Amino acid sequence: MKQTLKKTGHDKADRQMNDVFLQFTAKLVFLIVIMFSFNLFFAGHYTPGGGFVGGLLAAAALILLLIAYDKKTLQRMVPIDFRLIITSGLTFAVGLPTLSFLFGTPFFTHQHTHIEIPVFGDVALHSAVLFDLGVFLTVAATALLIIVLVGEAEN
Amino acid sequence: MTTNILPLLPIIIPFFTGIVMLFTGRRPLAHRVMAAVGSLLALIATIWLTIHVYQSGTIVTYLGSWVAPFGISVVIDMAAALLLLTTAIITMFTVIYSFQSIGIEREKYYYYVMVMFMITGVNGAFSTGDIFNMFVFFEVFLLASYVLITLGGTKIQLQEGFKYILVNLISSNFFVLGLAYLYSVTGSLNMADIYNKLSAFEGNYSIMTLVAVLFIFVFATKAGVFPLYFWLPGSYYAPPMPILVLFGALLTKVGVYAIARTYSLFFIDNVDFTNQILLLIALATVVMGSIGALSYTDMKRIIIYNILIAVGVILVGVAMMDQTGLVGAFYYLIHDMLIKAALFMLVGYLIYRTGETGIQKLGGLIKLHPWTGWMFFIAAMGLTGVPPLSGFYGKLFIVQSTFENDHYISGIIVLLSSLAVLYSVIKIFIGVFWGSDMDFSKLRPIKSDKILFASFAMVILSVVFGLAADALYPLFDMAAQSFYDPASYSNYLTEVE
Repeated sequence: MKQTLKKTGHDKADRQMNDVFLQFTAKLVFLIVIMFSFNLFFAGHYTPGGGFVGGLLAAAALILLLIAYDKKTLQRMVPIDFRLIITSGLTFAVGLPTLSFLFGTPFFTHQHTHIEIPVFGDVALHSAVLFDLGVFLTVAATALLIIVLVGEAEN
Repeated sequence: MTTNILPLLPIIIPFFTGIVMLFTGRRPLAHRVMAAVGSLLALIATIWLTIHVYQSGTIVTYLGSWVAPFGISVVIDMAAALLLLTTAIITMFTVIYSFQSIGIEREKYYYYVMVMFMITGVNGAFSTGDIFNMFVFFEVFLLASYVLITLGGTKIQLQEGFKYILVNLISSNFFVLGLAYLYSVTGSLNMADIYNKLSAFEGNYSIMTLVAVLFIFVFATKAGVFPLYFWLPGSYYAPPMPILVLFGALLTKVGVYAIARTYSLFFIDNVDFTNQILLLIALATVVMGSIGALSYTDMKRIIIYNILIAVGVILVGVAMMDQTGLVGAFYYLIHDMLIKAALFMLVGYLIYRTGETGIQKLGGLIKLHPWTGWMFFIAAMGLTGVPPLSGFYGKLFIVQSTFENDHYISGIIVLLSSLAVLYSVIKIFIGVFWGSDMDFSKLRPIKSDKILFASFAMVILSVVFGLAADALYPLFDMAAQSFYDPASYSNYLTEVE
């Protein structure tokens, strides 16, 4: 938006833009979107959703912040290195299927169990969640990295 | 236990190597060590795999413990094992070759990581038993190759890389379309299951001819077959030599492998039409490749057009679809992967040393580099197919098969193409190593011990392969069997039931 303002000859464009409405709404909507992305992520095993969609949505939430504020603020809010996140995502996504060799089963065979937790009752634990977490991290970080890089190239 | 782990090692090892390299960040020296260790491990794994397949036949594992026609199965028969082994050898020597040739800047920007990811895709495409999974692995190695072809961002790389991406995206779209047709006709994606269903089916399935045409369109684009090779000479000219070694030796061969696999398993009904078309375009590829190789005086271009000739010759063998033709096609496939890597490496050394790609400006280098010169000569003879060397056996079987099937003209074209190959590579040898001396002061002082080690090792390997061809015959017969007798490939399904 700064670029557009500059092009139209707006003289105060170099200062940080302070669009109160956008920034306040962005903070609020960010929370909703990120919560929905976690919801989709955990829904993924039996119902529509999963790591890929969840990851894209999480990236979308962070990109909303990026648009409302700027890159520096985003990095202060979320101080993570995207490359490291991609790498750890890949590790989860490939490492977990490989671990199934320890159980003597073919690649990608998942293990699952049920446990009793006092408040929640019967909870199903499934190793597919960890694999999906890898997908989630990789997709989210890749989408963010691409958009941040493209945004940098413009300046 | 071994049946679970072993078939996946060629896919997992390069992938993990890539991930570990990503964790270490931009440290070119650490990347070099890890890439070398990773490719060595992959080589050991594939040797083990080949021995295992030779001793106990096709090895199958079912991903996620899903039963065969429903889940994805990884099936490694002798053909796949040999291709995996050759890929591992080429990867290892290309990595060593890259140490002194690719340049520190590209190494910093995750060059070795992308090589490893590309090998993951190539190995996956060779070893999967599921046609949709093959598409996925095609995309894996194509994505890595998009990065490799544009890595460095020089003008020509971006220009040709864009073309490369566009062509491959379009052909991948048609791949999915073909898969959709195939699935709607057969109701299965497991290649062995599709074969079982089609061979048991009594009625009319002329729609498979349409699917065959779609598949040949897709794979011909990937393999660089006439008339869809138009992108290949330009795009392969752009990236630096080590990347070209990988592209030239591996990527087109994946397309050839996919053609052989799908034509032997799926298109078994209307053989008169499908195999005839394959034969025709293969011959046209040979002819066009020969014309290209004869007409250029640029070393890189000559060798690139030689890729086309080789692809055409292999496909002539595949189109025959009998034992002799396929044994020949497999000998020639493996031979061509080794010898192309060797030739590209040697030509790359000449380009790095002199800074020129045109033959006219060079001459007399035999005085400075006698070893390189004679190694190049041996490689050129091997490529042409002079008897004790490796190219001979493949061509012998292919030509024998064409004569047995009364395709005399095809056989003669294949034989004549050898002359074109001989002329084009000897033109390089005479122009660069003999003739009047060039200005030796213009030569660049480069470190070249590792470049030369890798190049000579590839030449020696191809010579050894040629000398050991007779001893290796049982392996190649096993490899060809899953193509001319597809039931031997698909019987792992019936064994389960």
